[in-house]
Amino acid sequence: MTSVAEIKADAENSRRWGWWYVAELRLREMRGYVSYVVTSSFGNPLMYLLALGVGLAHLIPAGIDGVPFLVFVAPALLMSTILSIGAEEGMYPVLGGFKWHKIFFAIHATPITPGQIVGGFLVHLTIRFTFTAGVFFGFLVAFGAVPLATGWLMIPIAILGAFAILTPLASYSAGIDDDRGQFALIQRFVVMPMFLFSGTFFPLSQVPDWLEWVGWVSPLWHATQLGRTVSYGLNEPLWLTVTHGGVLAAYAIIGAYLMHRAFVKRLTR
Amino acid sequence: MSFSSRLRNVAMTIGFFAVEHPSLLDYVFVSEPVIRAKNIVKKYDEFVAVDGISFEVQRGESFGLLGPNGAGKSTTMKMIAAVSTRTSGSLEVLGMDPNTDGPAIRSQLGVVPQEDNLDQELRVRENLLTYGRFFGMSRAEVATRADELLEFAQLTDRANSKVEPLSGGMKRRLTIARSLMNDPQMLLLDEPTTGLDPQARHILWDRLFRLKERGTTLVLTTHYMDEAEQLSDRIVVVDKGAIMAEGSPAQLIRQYSSREVLEVRYGSDKNASVAKKIADIGERQEILPDRILIYSDNGERDLAEITKRGHHPTTSLVRRSSLEDVFLRLTGRSLVE
Repeated sequence: MTSVAEIKADAENSRRWGWWYVAELRLREMRGYVSYVVTSSFGNPLMYLLALGVGLAHLIPAGIDGVPFLVFVAPALLMSTILSIGAEEGMYPVLGGFKWHKIFFAIHATPITPGQIVGGFLVHLTIRFTFTAGVFFGFLVAFGAVPLATGWLMIPIAILGAFAILTPLASYSAGIDDDRGQFALIQRFVVMPMFLFSGTFFPLSQVPDWLEWVGWVSPLWHATQLGRTVSYGLNEPLWLTVTHGGVLAAYAIIGAYLMHRAFVKRLTR
Repeated sequence: MSFSSRLRNVAMTIGFFAVEHPSLLDYVFVSEPVIRAKNIVKKYDEFVAVDGISFEVQRGESFGLLGPNGAGKSTTMKMIAAVSTRTSGSLEVLGMDPNTDGPAIRSQLGVVPQEDNLDQELRVRENLLTYGRFFGMSRAEVATRADELLEFAQLTDRANSKVEPLSGGMKRRLTIARSLMNDPQMLLLDEPTTGLDPQARHILWDRLFRLKERGTTLVLTTHYMDEAEQLSDRIVVVDKGAIMAEGSPAQLIRQYSSREVLEVRYGSDKNASVAKKIADIGERQEILPDRILIYSDNGERDLAEITKRGHHPTTSLVRRSSLEDVFLRLTGRSLVE
């Protein structure tokens, strides 16, 4: 018969990599929709760059911020793509894990803790975001929209931005029992305005004063401005650049804390 | 033989066992309850789901929580499974407290939840492979174990199927196979055959009976009396979050019911009036909307007496008492309502 101390020691050893086992499961699940991930990773940047870089850029020959329009908009395209995936992943996949296929409950019946489930979830998404952002970045370089040397920093910035939007949404999604249209409302009245009024396709200064606050609270604006800094050297005071990073980190860290708390509550009630 | 020499013989016998069968001796002398619950309570705000229940489960035992839907069985199971924090009372599972040692307890358990929560994105075998990894098993270990368990669950030929098209019985067997990946000390089954057709239920019972024969501790909840009788060595009858009775199926029937039950039907509008006229027949009666139950040692004799008095029932049946009758006696209600 195994003693209590032995059981505890074994469990401790076996679950040390628990977060990775969760990520491993989600990577394996992803094989079912890998064609979608790959197609959209390659298709999205191609469509955006053709429409905006080749199409819209011709209408703005003077460019913006002293750089060609394509160079100005490129970081925003990358950020908006990755952040929109982040917003999606923070809604239905989280609620579904609790309500429809209940996979989070299945995992929690093992030595894996709620914190490791959250960790594995985020690790898997880091891998997915890195892949999609990497492919997007490759297209931007190929189109001459960003420099390779410093531009690659947009990839970690995009991942941080995605977590800044994903984790608060996931903490909300983990707490609701039914989808009564909340996600559609969030998509229309939170995510969409954020994409329209965050200095994505034009500088935030062009937005009416009374709407500028949308950009200030939007992770997308902060991520995009950081992206422009590392891409073409956006002329901004240092304190503002630091603020962009700080706001994104604050969203992501506080969001992850709330997400963990919501998972614990849902899984142990 | 003097007392001291008897004592010496006993000591020598123990010594022999200690050398020859150390694990058996361990089991006989060190074994203690694998679950020890004392006055456990679970409240959700004002609602009391479990209201101070106490019980013990011994290693190797097959223990059933029998009660209707909403009795608090699943909540009790969640507390044992270390996934739901109890509000008060003391609970020990394998010598540990689920509120503080959840991961360690869960590492030793197999859990079959009431609703299947298989991963629909994965194939049948993949469900076992990924689940085994959560217990820290290596890739080689999970592969071997998964193949053994697919064989046990009679799903080898479906190893590479998607989960969704499997029948209800197959999904349940896969869930049981998944719960055995870590070779658990104890298997928790929450309503294991609810929603399955009779054939699928019998296949499942057969698999569970094999586990029981191997010495796996089984703890199950059910609202099916036949399931409780088939699989449980000992049962607690639960209603409204509290324990109503405890014992083996035979003990409970002996204690709370008669040997036989005579069921007579006169039509829903006549049952009550006829019941008054035959109230002296049998040890006790239960008047249900659709039939009268007469508890008796000799149902055929009582049926003859009723007929003799001119109360010819539309239909009649003499059967042995069951746990359904025990539950009716204890709560005044049927198990499946």
